[in-house]
Amino acid sequence: MNPKLHSVLTINGERRDVLAPASATLLDALRSVLGLTGTKRGCNHGVCGACTVLLDGKLARACLTLAADVGERAVVTIEGIGGNGGLSPVQRALVEHGAIQCGFCTPGVVIALSELFARDPRPDRGAIRGALSGNLCRCSGYAKIVEAAERLAGEAR
Amino acid sequence: MSGTTRAIGASTPRLDAADKATGRAEYADDVARPGMLYAAIHTSPHAHARIRGYRLEAARAIPGVKAIVTGADLAGPHCGGIIKDESMVARGKVRYVGEPVAAVAATDPETAGRAAAAIEVDYEPLEPVLSIDAALAPGAPLLHEDYPSYVKTVQGGGHGNVVFESTVEEGDVERGFAECDTIVEATWETQAQHHVYLETNGCVADVDASGRITLYATCQSVHHIQQRVAEELGEPMSRIRVRATRVGGGFGGKHASNIHSIAAWLARAARRPVKLVLSRMQDFEIQRSRHPARVWMRTGARRDGTILARDVRVTIDGGAYADESPPVLAFALLMSRGPYRIPNVRARGAAVYTNKLRAGSFRGFGNPQASFAGESQIDELARALGLDPVELRLKNAMRPGDTAFGGQQVPSCVLRECIERVRAAQRAAPPLAPRPGRRRGVGYAALSHISGLMGTAASVQLRTDGSIALATGCVDIGQGSDTVLVQICADALSVPIDRVSYAPQDSDSSPYNWKTAGSRSTYMTGRAVALATHELRAKMLAHAGDMMECAVEDLELRPGGLVGLKGLPKAVSFKEVALRSLFHSGGPIAATHGFVFDGPGFDPKRAAIHQLAFANLGVYTYGAHCVEVDVDEATGAVEVRRAWCAHDPGRAINPAACEGQIQGGFVQGIGYALTEAMHWNAEGWLTTTTLADYKVPGVLDCPVEILPILLEDPDPTHPVGAKGVGEISLVGAAPAIANAVADATGARVRRLPMFPERVLAAIDARA
Repeated sequence: MNPKLHSVLTINGERRDVLAPASATLLDALRSVLGLTGTKRGCNHGVCGACTVLLDGKLARACLTLAADVGERAVVTIEGIGGNGGLSPVQRALVEHGAIQCGFCTPGVVIALSELFARDPRPDRGAIRGALSGNLCRCSGYAKIVEAAERLAGEAR
Repeated sequence: MSGTTRAIGASTPRLDAADKATGRAEYADDVARPGMLYAAIHTSPHAHARIRGYRLEAARAIPGVKAIVTGADLAGPHCGGIIKDESMVARGKVRYVGEPVAAVAATDPETAGRAAAAIEVDYEPLEPVLSIDAALAPGAPLLHEDYPSYVKTVQGGGHGNVVFESTVEEGDVERGFAECDTIVEATWETQAQHHVYLETNGCVADVDASGRITLYATCQSVHHIQQRVAEELGEPMSRIRVRATRVGGGFGGKHASNIHSIAAWLARAARRPVKLVLSRMQDFEIQRSRHPARVWMRTGARRDGTILARDVRVTIDGGAYADESPPVLAFALLMSRGPYRIPNVRARGAAVYTNKLRAGSFRGFGNPQASFAGESQIDELARALGLDPVELRLKNAMRPGDTAFGGQQVPSCVLRECIERVRAAQRAAPPLAPRPGRRRGVGYAALSHISGLMGTAASVQLRTDGSIALATGCVDIGQGSDTVLVQICADALSVPIDRVSYAPQDSDSSPYNWKTAGSRSTYMTGRAVALATHELRAKMLAHAGDMMECAVEDLELRPGGLVGLKGLPKAVSFKEVALRSLFHSGGPIAATHGFVFDGPGFDPKRAAIHQLAFANLGVYTYGAHCVEVDVDEATGAVEVRRAWCAHDPGRAINPAACEGQIQGGFVQGIGYALTEAMHWNAEGWLTTTTLADYKVPGVLDCPVEILPILLEDPDPTHPVGAKGVGEISLVGAAPAIANAVADATGARVRRLPMFPERVLAAIDARA
């Protein structure tokens, strides 16, 4: 059998108790234990990027991260972006530029771009494409996602 | 929002975009019900085997297991869309590795998985049939010995492993070739492509105390799933309710129901909700792919470039079950003439069964295979004639008033404009700097597709505050139909779009819709929405005429929800009209409109047609693609640098959504052309079951400059002139890239995907 472990995770600024099997990934904990279903399971093997979250501000695949290994690192999920129910600048740019279709990749894309803009408010096209290179999108062909990010970068100039 | 802004033609942000951007949107795996169980599927380890028996004791003994189903439990008829040849779990035989054989519901996913693994099945292995040639070989093992007894809606197959055969012929091909100065001939091969919607298939089946089942499903039609599950469970449709969740991509892969009956069966047996969500590996193994195809084609022309004859033979590999093979084959044949005036054409084809994953509906529906061959051959013909390939296309391009292959009249056609516009745009673009070690090439493809098929309906209601409730059965699978349909409704009533609510799809209440497929949502459901709204408007005006004591002809809609008297300031609000209706017509004003595609069908006087899976198709749409590629001389790797995609959306209801469809379709076409391939080994095991093995294009594999050109030519059969662009945008990528590779290197690649080693081999073969 799979023994359960107790851990306390800091998620979107709140301390949360997690009781989950030792083998549970952060993605399992977020979706199944904590009901934070905005983080998506697209492949569960670290390729598609739909489960991307921030760990101490750095990008991480929640499906490849064991919940029990997170420790003291602060987790930010899609539910922690924006705040007060509003849209962050990255989210607003994607919405307004028509960069969202089925939306299943979008939480991961939002996290990846949020991490980029946090360290570089005026990224160029190469930096934007690099930041998105770990996120698969099957609907948009990426053009409008890249353009939305470029528009946001332009606003910062 | 300004009341005077027209809703149609505005690139309004999608209604669901903010929910999707914040993680609030609810997809199938986000649904949870109290007491929910989790399902796991036991799949076949054999490509072809007889099932001799099951041993379930070990699985049943695991604490937490609540229900098990195997093929031995199924007593009803086989199911399937066109040929009823399959069941939710295998019965009697397994026909591909990964085929569901049994399923378990248990208290948690881990227990369900262990129990599924503990199921023992006794198999008698049979010789697998793993290719088109093996399927057609004399004495080949039969996949479906019972084919003659299956219920079918088409005829035309049944000998050996042939699922279906069809022929379409116009003119006299032999005489046509006799008059040609130049004839080219070749064979093309295409691979199995997987849809790779980012959200895998899944559903939750809930059950009430009476045993009535409610399914929450990611799907392309709630009505289709309801029908299939009712049939498979032997329940009346009144006992099966299906509600669509948000859909994380479909592309045809969620077009037909496979797994929903399993969840519903287990929920009924356990009397508890059951969640069944496929892992990415299972989704690859048990859903469906695009048909691998072999296309032989021969085309001839006069010295001046007038194309006189084309002969085509298409063979598609349908996998273990018929699914959509008959209509995919038929559509491939109809598209094999290309969008050209060719007087003598013969297209013959067959779909075969093999012991691999079923192939079925996928964006393009047979057209990508046919057009890869056809548009490659146009370039080869141009080369043989010493003509410019774009000029050859323009010379033979269909024009308004021509007939499509099969004899259907085409009243409007902007094909020549599409071709000219992409050429002009490419020539006007600042040239990209050459790169050492790379050869640059430019390639074109001209395209046609359809938009239509089958039935749909819409209902619209004036709420008591004057706002509008719109409902259709059309599931938005990411393409943006929710927003576009609301725009059509709001525009017809001159109200802002936030005054129109749009109901999620629920088989208990949604008007009927066949499926989100066939590039049909904006065209078909959009027509139904427009006409239902027009009827609502007429009823509203009748009330307003009574209220203002004037003739309906003297009334007009004013922006923002008013009915006014023409030439005078006098007006009544929608709210006043709505409140009056409660007391004068017994309830809110409502209207519905439903119809079946009613356009012209095939013309038997022009075309000899033997077995098509449909009587008419839809309205025709046209397009042209132009791409620039770099080919790496050392590795053979092909990089798409820029693309221009001209399409005819009739009228772009939401231009940004239209562009997004075109760009996304084109990139799915880049994957088809260059990187995506499902591979089965010699035992019939699929070896590409992860996204690491199956290469979907990432952002670095695609140019940002995929430049859509919208040529709006309003369709006369649609109240606001719209047509679909969902599928055609994928179709041109592979042939345009192949033509650009040939332009760059002189080498012709006739097999997809154009992996670097295949490009290098073609370059070597040329020398």
